[in-house]
Amino acid sequence: MEALYGHPKSLVSVQSKYCPGCGHGVIHRLVAEAVDELGMQEKAILLNPVGCAIWADLYFDMDTVQVPHGRTPAGATGIKRMRPDHLVICYQGDGDLAAIGTAETVHAANRGEKFTTIFVNNAIYGMTGGQMAPTTLVGQKATTAPRGRDPDVAGMGYPIRVCEMLATLEGTKYLARGSVDSAVNVRKTKQYIKRAFEAQLRGEGFGLVEILSPCPTNWQMSPSAAADWLASDMIPYYRLGEIKNELSTRGTVGEGASLQGAAL
Amino acid sequence: MAEEKCLMKGNEAIGEAAIRAGCDAYFGYPITPQNELTAYMAKNMLDSGRIFIQAESEVAAMSMVFGASSAGGRAMTSSSSPGVSLKQEGISYACGADIPCVVVNVQRAGPGLGGISPAQGDYFQATRGGGHGDYYHIVLAPKSVQEAADLTYEAFDLADKWRMPVMVLADGLIGQMMEGVVLPPPLEGCKRPDRPWAVGSGKSGARNRISSCILDPETLEAAIHSRYERYEAIAKERTSFEEIEVGDAELVFVAYGTSARVCLGAVQAARKAGLKLGLFRPITLWPFPSERLASIASDGKRFLAVEMSMGQMVQDVRLAVNGAAQVDFFGRCGGVVPSEEEVLAVAKKLLGRDA
Repeated sequence: MEALYGHPKSLVSVQSKYCPGCGHGVIHRLVAEAVDELGMQEKAILLNPVGCAIWADLYFDMDTVQVPHGRTPAGATGIKRMRPDHLVICYQGDGDLAAIGTAETVHAANRGEKFTTIFVNNAIYGMTGGQMAPTTLVGQKATTAPRGRDPDVAGMGYPIRVCEMLATLEGTKYLARGSVDSAVNVRKTKQYIKRAFEAQLRGEGFGLVEILSPCPTNWQMSPSAAADWLASDMIPYYRLGEIKNELSTRGTVGEGASLQGAAL
Repeated sequence: MAEEKCLMKGNEAIGEAAIRAGCDAYFGYPITPQNELTAYMAKNMLDSGRIFIQAESEVAAMSMVFGASSAGGRAMTSSSSPGVSLKQEGISYACGADIPCVVVNVQRAGPGLGGISPAQGDYFQATRGGGHGDYYHIVLAPKSVQEAADLTYEAFDLADKWRMPVMVLADGLIGQMMEGVVLPPPLEGCKRPDRPWAVGSGKSGARNRISSCILDPETLEAAIHSRYERYEAIAKERTSFEEIEVGDAELVFVAYGTSARVCLGAVQAARKAGLKLGLFRPITLWPFPSERLASIASDGKRFLAVEMSMGQMVQDVRLAVNGAAQVDFFGRCGGVVPSEEEVLAVAKKLLGRDA
C-alpha cells in the first residue's frame, strides 16, 4: 500500500490560529508540500513577516527568522547570501510587501536576489483589524476607509498590482499570480510555487508568487461569501497566471494561464 | 612576521580590521563622513569573495545584517548619525533576538541633517538603547585610528560572546584623519565561535527559530530579565577606561574619543606649566566605567567633562559620582572641535588660576 495523501512533513501537526476561511492555512500547506516534494525540509529557511503570518513560525517545521515589518526581503537577502545552498522563503502579506516594505521588495527584486517570495494578497490588513491595504480594491470598505477606498476624493490611491509593477525590473525572472478561492486555482498555485522554488534551486533570479487569499473576518463575510467575492471582484482586477516567466526551463501552468515576458 | 605599521584613514582602518576579524558580510549606504569605509568594503570584501551590498537604505542595510548574522555570518554595517537613526529599528530587533553584529557610527553633527563635521551628539542614542524597548548594547569609543582598528576587531568577538550588537562610536575626525596603525592579524578560521543557534546551521530535526516576538507578558519579562543579568556580567568583565596623570591631579578631565585627545593635549600643556591636571577616558561608553569614577570621586577629585555636544556623557559622570564630587561641563557642538587652549582655559578658571 502506498500513501497517496497525508500531512506534509514540513508542517507541524497543530491546529492553527488562523480564522475560519482564512487562506493562510491552505497556502502554508501548498508551500510545505512543495518543500517536501523537493526534499528541502532540512535546508529550508522561512521568514515569517509582521502581520497574521507572523504565526508561520509556529506551523512550519523548518528554521525560521522574523525581521522588522516590511524588511522581510532585506532579511532574506542577508540569509540567502550567507546560505546560498538553502531554500529561502520570504513569506509576506500585502502591508508588509507593498506598503511599509515597498523599497525592500523593489530593490531585492531588482538585485535579482535568489530567494522566493510568497506574497499573500488579501486586500486588507488582517492582524491589526481591517485597515486599508495597498491592495484594497477601489470601493472596498476598511476601518480606515469607512466609505470605501476612494482614490480621488480622499487621496487613498489605487490598488497596486505588484507582479505587473515588478515585471518591469530586469532582476525578476518569475512572477505568477494564483488564488486559493477554488480547488482548480489551489492546484495551479501549487505549481507556481513549485516552479518558483525549482528556479531558486537552479540559482535563477528573483521569483515571486502572489496568492489572492480570502480574509472573511475583516471583509466581514462568511467564508463561502468571501471565496465568491474573491472570484467576482478580486480576480478581474488581479489577473491570474504567470505574469512573467523568463526561467531557463519555461513551462507553463494550466491552460491559457501563461503569459510570457513582461506582458502588462 | 614583523608588525607592519601603515598610514591609513580611520574609515579604512576600521574596514580592514573588520575584514581581518572575519567579517563575512557588509551592508551599507552612502553617507558622509564614513563613505571611505563603504568604498573600502566594496573593493576588499568583493575581492576576497565575501558579501558586500550597497543597500537601498540604512533601514534595509540593518535588516540585511540581521539576516546574514541569523544565518551564521559575521555581519557589519556602518553609517553616520542620520543613518544610524534609521538603523535603530533593526538594532532594537537584533537586541530583542540576541543577534550579534557590529554597527559603526562615524558621528557628525545633528540634529536633523545637521552638518558633516565631527560631533559627539549621539551619545544618548548609542548608550540608552536608541530604538524602542528595554535594552542596551556594548558601545566602544576609539580615540585614534589605531584604537578604531583594535576596537572594531574586538567588536566582532564581543558581539559573538555576548550575543548582541556592538557599536563602535567614532566621529568624523577619527574617520577622516590618517595615522600610523599596526593592523591586527587576520583571524584564523578555527578561532571562529560556533553558532549552533543560527538558521541553516545544518543539524537535522531540531529547529532554530530567530524572533524578538514574545506575546506572553510574563515570558517576555523573563527574557528581558535574563538579558539584564547578562548586562551585569558585561559590566563586570568588559568595562574599560584609560587614566592619565589622575593620581595627583587637582582636576580630572572626563572625555572620550576626539574630545579625550584634545584634553590630553591640555593635560600635557598644563603639566609643563606646573598645573596638575589629569584625564579619565571611558573606552566603553556602555558599560560606563561608573565604579572607577566613583572611586576617584571619593578621593576628593573634581571633574570637568568635555564633549563635542551640549553635555550628554556628563550625565553618566554625575550619576557615577552621585554628588560626591563637583562635576563641571564644557562642550562645543555643531561640528566644532574644541581646542586644547580653550579647554585648558576652562580648567584654569574653575581652579581659580586664570589670573
